[in-house]
This record gives sequence, structure tokens and C-alpha cells, in this order.
Amino acid sequence: MTATLHTTAALALGDDALVLSHRLGEWAGHAPVLEEEVALANIALDLLGQARVLLSMVGDEDELAYLREERAFRNLQLVEQPNGDFAHTIARQLYFSTYQRLLYTHLAAADGEFAGLAAKAVKEVAYHQDHAEQWTLRLGDGTDVSHERMQRACRTLWRFTGEMFQPVEGLDIDWTGIKTAWLESVGDILRRATLDIPEGPQAGAWTAGAGRQGLHTESFGRMLAEMQHLHRSHPGASW
Amino acid sequence: MTTQEWPLWEVFVRSRRGLSHTHAGSLHAPDAELALRNARDLYTRRGEGVSIWVVPSAAITASSPDEKDPFFEPAADKPYRHPTFYDIPEGVKHL
Repeated sequence: MTATLHTTAALALGDDALVLSHRLGEWAGHAPVLEEEVALANIALDLLGQARVLLSMVGDEDELAYLREERAFRNLQLVEQPNGDFAHTIARQLYFSTYQRLLYTHLAAADGEFAGLAAKAVKEVAYHQDHAEQWTLRLGDGTDVSHERMQRACRTLWRFTGEMFQPVEGLDIDWTGIKTAWLESVGDILRRATLDIPEGPQAGAWTAGAGRQGLHTESFGRMLAEMQHLHRSHPGASW
Repeated sequence: MTTQEWPLWEVFVRSRRGLSHTHAGSLHAPDAELALRNARDLYTRRGEGVSIWVVPSAAITASSPDEKDPFFEPAADKPYRHPTFYDIPEGVKHL
């Protein structure tokens, strides 16, 4: 692919939003309570809106979403991780929304090609982070069972967090600064939730993360199959 | 997983500055902070509001339908209590 810088960055950010949106959408009909289902679906719709803008910068949004193979997706491995239990979903939300808020805050201030989208998205994402924070506090500092599950989720997903701070071509960002701010923000929330900050490394051996290069984890193929099946079976179908 | 139900909350939304909060509906939430957020998601997603109140449903004392007559009937036959004898000027809203 003869990708310009612009395309690489738009695909990376757009695929993050698209894939996480689909994962959150999988809670529809399955969330613990109706109110929470609506909350997760609202977050999913915000992300879908961001994905549409970003993918449209690159090409036809439907073609990009429904007709690309797994290896052509550039999302972080974190966002494609299965929903797991509610604690896993919340931990994934906490890690990703904190990252997205920091990233979009920088992009909104930077006056580049993503400034417009970022300025709008940063308000949505601030709410996503608040939602994740509220739940992290309640699950972490809740019952013994909720604490244990939340701790397990934070630990399991930790090894996917280092990938977020790999530089993305086309984005002029102080990645080290973002990582420091992320650790501070997430660390503060975990501490207040009486959770331990996971000890594992975020980079190097024993960590995951080549999603930006098109390598994905096992469950992603199945997710894509479900997401793309209708469009592939009935090309151009609409209603 | 526990099967204990979350408490019920009543939601009041102020649609614009200058108007009073109006009852919008009810929802379940484990505590007041999350009730506010659920209310935001359920009742203000399309720009309906500038302010939200949530009140535990249990904290509301309501008149009973059985007492409807003693409560409300006596007022109905005193027409002088109703401001129905003059026309409302055009352009006056929310009266």
C-alpha cells in the first residue's frame, strides 16, 4: 500500500474507534442491566461516529469497514480483546478512553488535519473516561468478588497497553508525554479504587502489540466475520 | 452474581434556562452519581436538557389515587380560583 502519512494515521485512529464500537455493541441484549446497556451502546455510537469521519478521510467507509481482510486493519490489539465479563469491558474502557482523551486533546490543540474531529470527539471521550472511572471505583472498591474480578481484568489487559504509545506515522505527538500522563491518570483511578497497578511490563517481551502493523489476536477474526458477514453476503444491501 | 435490584430514581430535566425542571421518567441505578449519568444517557442525548435532577423514588411522598376526591374535587367547583376570565396575550409562552 502506498500510504501517505495522513492515511496511516486516519486508519489507525479510525480502526480503533470502529473495532471498539463493535465490541461494545456486542453488549446489546446482554448487559447486566438495561441502563448500562444503553450507556455502553451510547459510547459505541460515539465511537462509530468518529470511525466514520476518520475512515471517510481514507476512502469509502463501507468498503473499508466491511471488505478489508484482518491483516489490513490497523487498530490496537487492546480494542479487539473480547468483552469478557463486565470488569474486563470496564478495564478496556478505562485504558483506552484515557489514551484517547489524551491523544485527542493534543490533536485538537495542534491545528492539523485531525483538529476538527478531535475537538468534537474529546468531549465524547471525556464522558467515556468518566463512565469507566465511575465503574472502576465501584467495582474495585465494591465487594470482594467485584474487587477480585476488576483486579484480574486490569492485570490481564495490562500487557496490551504499551502498544498505545508506539508512535503513529503522521501524528506529531509527544508520545512519552502521553504515556506519562496516561500512567498518572490510570494509576490515580486504580489507587482510588483500591486496586493494585499491574506490575507487568508494558513493552518488550511478554507484552502484546502489533495491531498497528496488521497483526491481530485470535478472536479478532471471528469478530470481523460477524461484523462483515452481512455486507459480504449481500453486497451493497441497504435499508 | 447477586440478584438484588438497584433502587429506582426519578429524573427531572430542565430543558432550557428559565424553565423549571420537568419530570422525564425513572430509571435504576446503584447510587446518585450513576443515576445522574444514566439519566444523561437515557433522557438528554438529543440535546433536551441543560440540567438534571435525580431523586430516589422512595423519597417521594405521593397523594393516593383513593384520596383523589377529597384532595382535588373541592377545588374544581370554585371557578373564581381559576384565572380563566381574561385572554392571554399572544407571545406569552410557558404560562
